[in-house]
Amino acid sequence: MSRTIKLRKGLDIKLHGEAEKVKIAVQSAAFAIKPPDFHGLMPKMTVKVGEKVSTGSVLFFDKYQESIKFVSPVAGEITEILRGEKRRILEIKIKPDGTDASVNFGIVNPDSMDEAGIKQILLANGLWPFIKMRPIDIVANPNDKPKAIFISGFDSSPLAPDFDFVLHGETEAFQAGITALTKLTTGKVHLTTRGNSVSDSIFKGIKGVQSNTIFGKHPAGNVGTQIHHIDPINKGEVVWTVNALDVALIGRSLLAGKFDSTRTIALTGSQVKKAKYIKTQLGACISDLLSDNLIGDNNRIISGNVLTGDKVAADGYLGFYHSHITVIPEGNESKFLLTKGWLGSGKGKFSINRSYFSWLTPNKKRVLDTNLNGEIRAFVVTGEMEKVFPFDIYPMQLIKSTIYNDIDLMENLGIYEVAPEDFALCEFVCTSKIDIQDKIRKGLDVIKSECM
Amino acid sequence: MKSIEKLMRKMEPTHDSKWAKFHPVWDALYTFAFTPGETTKKGAHIRDGIDLKRTMFTVIIALIPCLLFGIYNTGHFHYVALGTAGDYLDLFGAKAIYGLSKVLPIVIVSYAVGLGVEFIFCIRNKHAIQEGFLVTGMLIPLIVPADIPLWMVAVATIFAVVLGKEVFGGTGMNIVNIALTARAFLFFGYPTMMSGDKVWMSGLSEVPTATLQANHVTGATQLGELASFTGPQDDWVHQGGITAFENIWPIWDSFVGMIPGSVGETSVIAILIGAAILLYTGIGSWKIMTSFVLGGLAVGYLANAFGTEANPYLLVDPINHLVIGGFAFGAVFMITDPVSAAQTSTGKYIYGFFGGALSITIRVFNGAFPEGVMMAILFMNVMAPLIDHYVIQSNIKRRLKRLKKTA
Repeated sequence: MSRTIKLRKGLDIKLHGEAEKVKIAVQSAAFAIKPPDFHGLMPKMTVKVGEKVSTGSVLFFDKYQESIKFVSPVAGEITEILRGEKRRILEIKIKPDGTDASVNFGIVNPDSMDEAGIKQILLANGLWPFIKMRPIDIVANPNDKPKAIFISGFDSSPLAPDFDFVLHGETEAFQAGITALTKLTTGKVHLTTRGNSVSDSIFKGIKGVQSNTIFGKHPAGNVGTQIHHIDPINKGEVVWTVNALDVALIGRSLLAGKFDSTRTIALTGSQVKKAKYIKTQLGACISDLLSDNLIGDNNRIISGNVLTGDKVAADGYLGFYHSHITVIPEGNESKFLLTKGWLGSGKGKFSINRSYFSWLTPNKKRVLDTNLNGEIRAFVVTGEMEKVFPFDIYPMQLIKSTIYNDIDLMENLGIYEVAPEDFALCEFVCTSKIDIQDKIRKGLDVIKSECM
Repeated sequence: MKSIEKLMRKMEPTHDSKWAKFHPVWDALYTFAFTPGETTKKGAHIRDGIDLKRTMFTVIIALIPCLLFGIYNTGHFHYVALGTAGDYLDLFGAKAIYGLSKVLPIVIVSYAVGLGVEFIFCIRNKHAIQEGFLVTGMLIPLIVPADIPLWMVAVATIFAVVLGKEVFGGTGMNIVNIALTARAFLFFGYPTMMSGDKVWMSGLSEVPTATLQANHVTGATQLGELASFTGPQDDWVHQGGITAFENIWPIWDSFVGMIPGSVGETSVIAILIGAAILLYTGIGSWKIMTSFVLGGLAVGYLANAFGTEANPYLLVDPINHLVIGGFAFGAVFMITDPVSAAQTSTGKYIYGFFGGALSITIRVFNGAFPEGVMMAILFMNVMAPLIDHYVIQSNIKRRLKRLKKTA
């Protein structure tokens, strides 16, 4: 039984700098795994600076869930363990030695495995962190019994990589990943694809899943939107989600019998000279991927997309879950009211309202900068978030309940169904410039510590 | 521009200077001139181009047709009172200048006093100054009669800003519409300046009664005359009932705005231009506006259906209800204030509908309040959280039901 969903609400932000469909391979000279990528994780190190590791060697594990191991994406030497405030571990840097020494766990045929077997392999070999759970949106707890697993077959965020292109020719690996996931739940594995794409999708003919299609604008590709419309999460239920690219990675690793960290990423954004796809590895150093490909030097480099990604330094590293780098101009210059400010014509701005003249050219690809375009204010305008939030949830009321920490109200208003990324568009359109994703994350943290 | 910015940056009060507590004032002026180079820190890296300044400014733009028409109309009815008005467009310059001399001081006093209060509170509370008063300051002059003494405008504005807004925490926190709070204060505090038939034509109270009678000028508004219908028949202004009334006040005049009344509320055409701006830019809520009008029409037709000659007010054409008094102005600029209105989509329909329905109900049944719109909107402002509460409860129930079904 497959489902077809049509969304009326949403917003596609058209940005300049979409990746051209060419793949090049880049060898990075440095790698890092960043524990802050896994929200709420307390890492316990198993390696020291100077130690040699091979691909798939355990670097650290979760202090409170010791079975979840995090492994090295390459073979090489640990060069630095970077710590921040309160000695929190920020980065574990690895210098590759060019060999392909790796930890072998033997070729796995997921068809012939049972739940415990698959789980053990995924946990021990660093493949488990790709599986995230809803509610809370953190790495899945292996002791949970998820009622379903959701995989989104596309990414609808601005300048997102095209999964069809990235996964081209990986049908076998993807199928293996899916088969492994089907062992982990007694419920269904949902694979949701974009309704209006007609490409030779690798997702056709995948076995063991319920195939759904979804029509509409962003956030149609967000797995949270899909869960809400297909099989919403109630209090006490758990759903697991895996990114489609990571499903292929899991499948590839299982079929090869070793951790395969290869990842094709899209290098996009208006400040990139030649936007393209790059074949590299997890945790690669950004500067090697960008190498002289930038316009100007006042840029914001984002690991991930412009709505939910992380700001990284020019010598930073690719995020664990990210298959996308976006570079946009920084907006750290003040704007005079008549030329570029609030009384201007709105050139270089984009708004869902028509108070600027950007609505005259809705299909124009824009160059947007990181300026807040205003000051932080109390909530005044109502109804704007509802236009881009395709959930049966009242966004503003839920955000307010997270601000004043009313746990009952958060539960009642549906905090279990959302993740910060679902509110990215709300944050974008908010006239009062409030950091909504951050508020939702804090609300989820409260829920995690009080109710889970 | 760089040099201006440098100069302003140089004047920024530092933490240890004796001007430190005036930082909010500097901040307000600086952010007025320059959108700061503040960038996103985390979450969404790009943001919508709109900010509260632009939102408020769009509403002010939408109010300008009403203001301009109101200025001219004030001048026109001054000359009507003098008996030398001629046709509507005669003496254009003189009427415009007289109107300007009456209305502009009210606008200036309203802004100066309101912003002054706002600045004082922001300095005291060490908050940045928020833009809420930009619209309120323009609304207040448009909903009072042009003859209002300036000190009353000042007192009402102080009352409204302090008790309507600042005690609740400032912009975005108020329960009732600030501009209407000011009007209600004037209405109950100084009823002789806000109602009756002496105040709606500027300068009328100084014209000798004999001149007025000679020119057949009464100074009454339609609402005043209609309100007399709610009393015993001896007190009716028009003994001929509703037909006599409609002969004197053609609906078209009310639509264009050639009638006496508060400064900005008379012309439905000017209000519709404003409505078009608000709706097209997406700043105003079409849900509230349309449901407000529908609510008014519904009660208007109900009154028509059940009305008798005993109260001819019930028999007024519902369309006429929409164009007289402050109904249109209330529908476009007052009930739509997002802070005091209902915040949920469903709630907005309910809120608007009851607002419109209540306005007309007060009009046709309660002769003591010739204009029901202000009362109705203030009442609905207070009711809005209740409406939202029930709308949200139904969402919560839906979620709980789903939980029970799966359990």
